[in-house]
Amino acid sequence: MTSVLYDVPGPKARRISLIGSIIGSVIIAAGVVGAIVILSSQGIFNSSRWEVFVNDYAADVWTQLGLGVLATLQAAGVAAVIAFPLGVAFCLLRISLIPWVRIPTQVVLEFLRGMPVVLMILFVLLVFATSPFTAVVSGLVLYNAAIFAEILRAGIQSLPKGQREAGLAIGLRSFQSRMSIEFPQAIRRMLPSLIAQLVVLLKDTSLGYIVAYEELLRKVKLIADLEPSLLFSAFFVGAAIYILINLSVSRLAIMIERRGTKKAAGGVASAIKTVDLDVNAPQ
Amino acid sequence: MDAIFESLPQYWDGFLRTLFLAVISGVIALIVGTILAAMRVSPVAALRGFSTFYVEVARNTPLTIIFFFSAIVLPRLGIKFEQFEVAAVIALSTYTAAFVAEAVRSGVNSVPVGQAEAARSIGMTFTQVLGLVILPQALRTVVPPLINIMIALVKNSSVAGAFFVMELFGYGLQLTNSHGDAVMWILIGVAFFYLLITVPLGLLAHFIEKKVAIAR
Repeated sequence: MTSVLYDVPGPKARRISLIGSIIGSVIIAAGVVGAIVILSSQGIFNSSRWEVFVNDYAADVWTQLGLGVLATLQAAGVAAVIAFPLGVAFCLLRISLIPWVRIPTQVVLEFLRGMPVVLMILFVLLVFATSPFTAVVSGLVLYNAAIFAEILRAGIQSLPKGQREAGLAIGLRSFQSRMSIEFPQAIRRMLPSLIAQLVVLLKDTSLGYIVAYEELLRKVKLIADLEPSLLFSAFFVGAAIYILINLSVSRLAIMIERRGTKKAAGGVASAIKTVDLDVNAPQ
Repeated sequence: MDAIFESLPQYWDGFLRTLFLAVISGVIALIVGTILAAMRVSPVAALRGFSTFYVEVARNTPLTIIFFFSAIVLPRLGIKFEQFEVAAVIALSTYTAAFVAEAVRSGVNSVPVGQAEAARSIGMTFTQVLGLVILPQALRTVVPPLINIMIALVKNSSVAGAFFVMELFGYGLQLTNSHGDAVMWILIGVAFFYLLITVPLGLLAHFIEKKVAIAR
């Protein structure tokens, strides 16, 4: 698509593009230099600000940050593991054939999706007087289960009708058809979205900072409170860790998406092939 | 229950501030995001690279970290704001712009190639192709995802409450302290005002999505 928007550049256009690139780079570089000047005027580059990561206290600092990372991953892991089955359950109720079940579920899902996650976390924390960890996990579970349910519903609706019809025709109950025919395919189709949502979940654990859950950002704040001059360096390292973790999970999602589009293009015929591939694939 | 009615003035003030944050950051994010998307498909490599880098980093950074940066780290670096609202708007719009850019870019990709080819073959330049042919069509398909981004923005603005801005969530924190006996009702009140914004927006997105689906 991109290349359709303009010609393959000739010598003149290449020159203009080069000049544009240079001007663009200069502007961006000026921004970076400006930032560096501001930072260095605050003494950010003095080695005293950074040596805490290598001197005698380094072990303590890194231990604290490590504990923060661990707490972040723990909250995200527990929340994801609970949220997914709950999402499947929500989805089942949401596409139920009985209006009495379907409509209330829809209302609940709309409610959960329209609510800020922080608010749910705070609600659990204050109303049920739980620990920050439980509050963070419950908030994340409720919100993400609702999102997972919507993603899975979209996946199931994207399946060819014949899948369910065939399931019912060979005598499966509606529930059996859902669990053994529709969900496996829907999950497969929606894997990129599901993983993208996992990144969101991982990012949202940082909301734990607000309810004093000792995750990475809270640890950064602790370090900065002990020694205010370390605020920037601690923040820089903490943010870098967060971004690295998230970027790697996002990369994973893109990889799976690429693999998925190669295999699962088209309708039923290719679905049969994918099943075949799965059976034969080395685990 | 009484606690809700007692606190109505605070709720109202917080509600207006939430709307204010969402509208201002939304407009800035829309403009910056569209520019970023245009940069992403432009022939100039430096602009493409910058846009890609920005979008990737901003989308993978937790919003709380961006808020922490703009509300706590920036003032310490000597960039002080008169009001914390400014910090909140900066954080929300830098974050949301990346998502707008991605939505607009996928909108650009959804416009049939023939449109671009036709425009190019009658001699339009890159700016003309993008500005007169592609973007007007792309923006139309992109409206439902954009509304969803705006819903997310309204919900995200609640993080500002934890960074010294008295919007709905900020008042929620304050009121739960002063009404220790009616915490549940106070928070249900806050939730109600959020739903007052997000549910109609969601219905709107759903409605437009249907409209567009029929038109195609």
